[in-house]
Amino acid sequence: MARFTPATRMGLSIAAAVGVYGVSFGALSTGSGLSVLQTCALSLLMFTGGSQFAFIGVIGGGGTGAAAWAAATLLGVRNGVYAMSLKTLIEPPGPLVPLMAHLTIDESIATATAQTDHDERVRGFWTAGIGIYVLWNASTLVGALAGDAIGDPRRWGLDGAAVAAFLGLLWPRLTGRDPVALAVVSALVTVIVLPVVPPGIPVLVAAGATALWWAWQQRRTAAR
Amino acid sequence: MNLWSWILLAVAAAYVIKLSGYLLPRKLLDRPVVIRLAMGLTVGLLASLTILNTVGKGQAIVLDSRLLALGAAAIALWLKAPYLVVVLVGAIAAGLGRLAGLP
Repeated sequence: MARFTPATRMGLSIAAAVGVYGVSFGALSTGSGLSVLQTCALSLLMFTGGSQFAFIGVIGGGGTGAAAWAAATLLGVRNGVYAMSLKTLIEPPGPLVPLMAHLTIDESIATATAQTDHDERVRGFWTAGIGIYVLWNASTLVGALAGDAIGDPRRWGLDGAAVAAFLGLLWPRLTGRDPVALAVVSALVTVIVLPVVPPGIPVLVAAGATALWWAWQQRRTAAR
Repeated sequence: MNLWSWILLAVAAAYVIKLSGYLLPRKLLDRPVVIRLAMGLTVGLLASLTILNTVGKGQAIVLDSRLLALGAAAIALWLKAPYLVVVLVGAIAAGLGRLAGLP
């Protein structure tokens, strides 16, 4: 029998904490007009919470499939950076790379990088990745069926739940003055362009503008 | 294109991005500007989606009970409540606002 190590314990507790909020994704997704099957497909195949929420958020706001695709894809860019940093830490074995790629998300990387020992990093990655995958998909199904039964998202304050869900994803990243400034700029740009461009596009305009401003700002600071 | 097509395209894009981090040569991605851009994009998108879900309705700005949800969720987060509690607090705040007769 496998013994629990600090990394597996950390991976399992993160999985338990994070996996269950698939319920809120499932409920909000069917509330945004996706079918139960489409909702479950996103969790099974996309498996990156932020992008999944972005996709249904744009669709729920009346945006096109193309705008939803773009928002989800841009939000997934950070996973590429995560994958790269994990590769430098644990030298993944070739045949496992396709599977590791699928499990590369905020939490599995956080668990792996929190360890100091090579084998512990490997254990942390797999425990968190597989644990969240199983729980996230099970709880997505539960939420989707519940959301489907509720019907109109405005009942039970499900539109308020969507607001809280996005703020909850943003909050842990607001560490220090720069990310806060960036978030404020992005929110302002969104509100300004909202009435003048089609639904779904404000998110892309705001994110593009703020990310470029951020990269340029950081570059200037670094050059000094 | 229908919604299923966009779902599958988004699924494919998400996977290709993840895989590229493992397969592309390191020097292509391991640049400060790429890393900053990825982190900036993440914060920018999430902030935009938050405000959009709070005040957006199609192409109109509507102030209603969702503002209560934003405030209540912020307080819950500040008190370090777990994610699922934060989401529930948002739903309850909006629901109570409507019960009280607010839009």
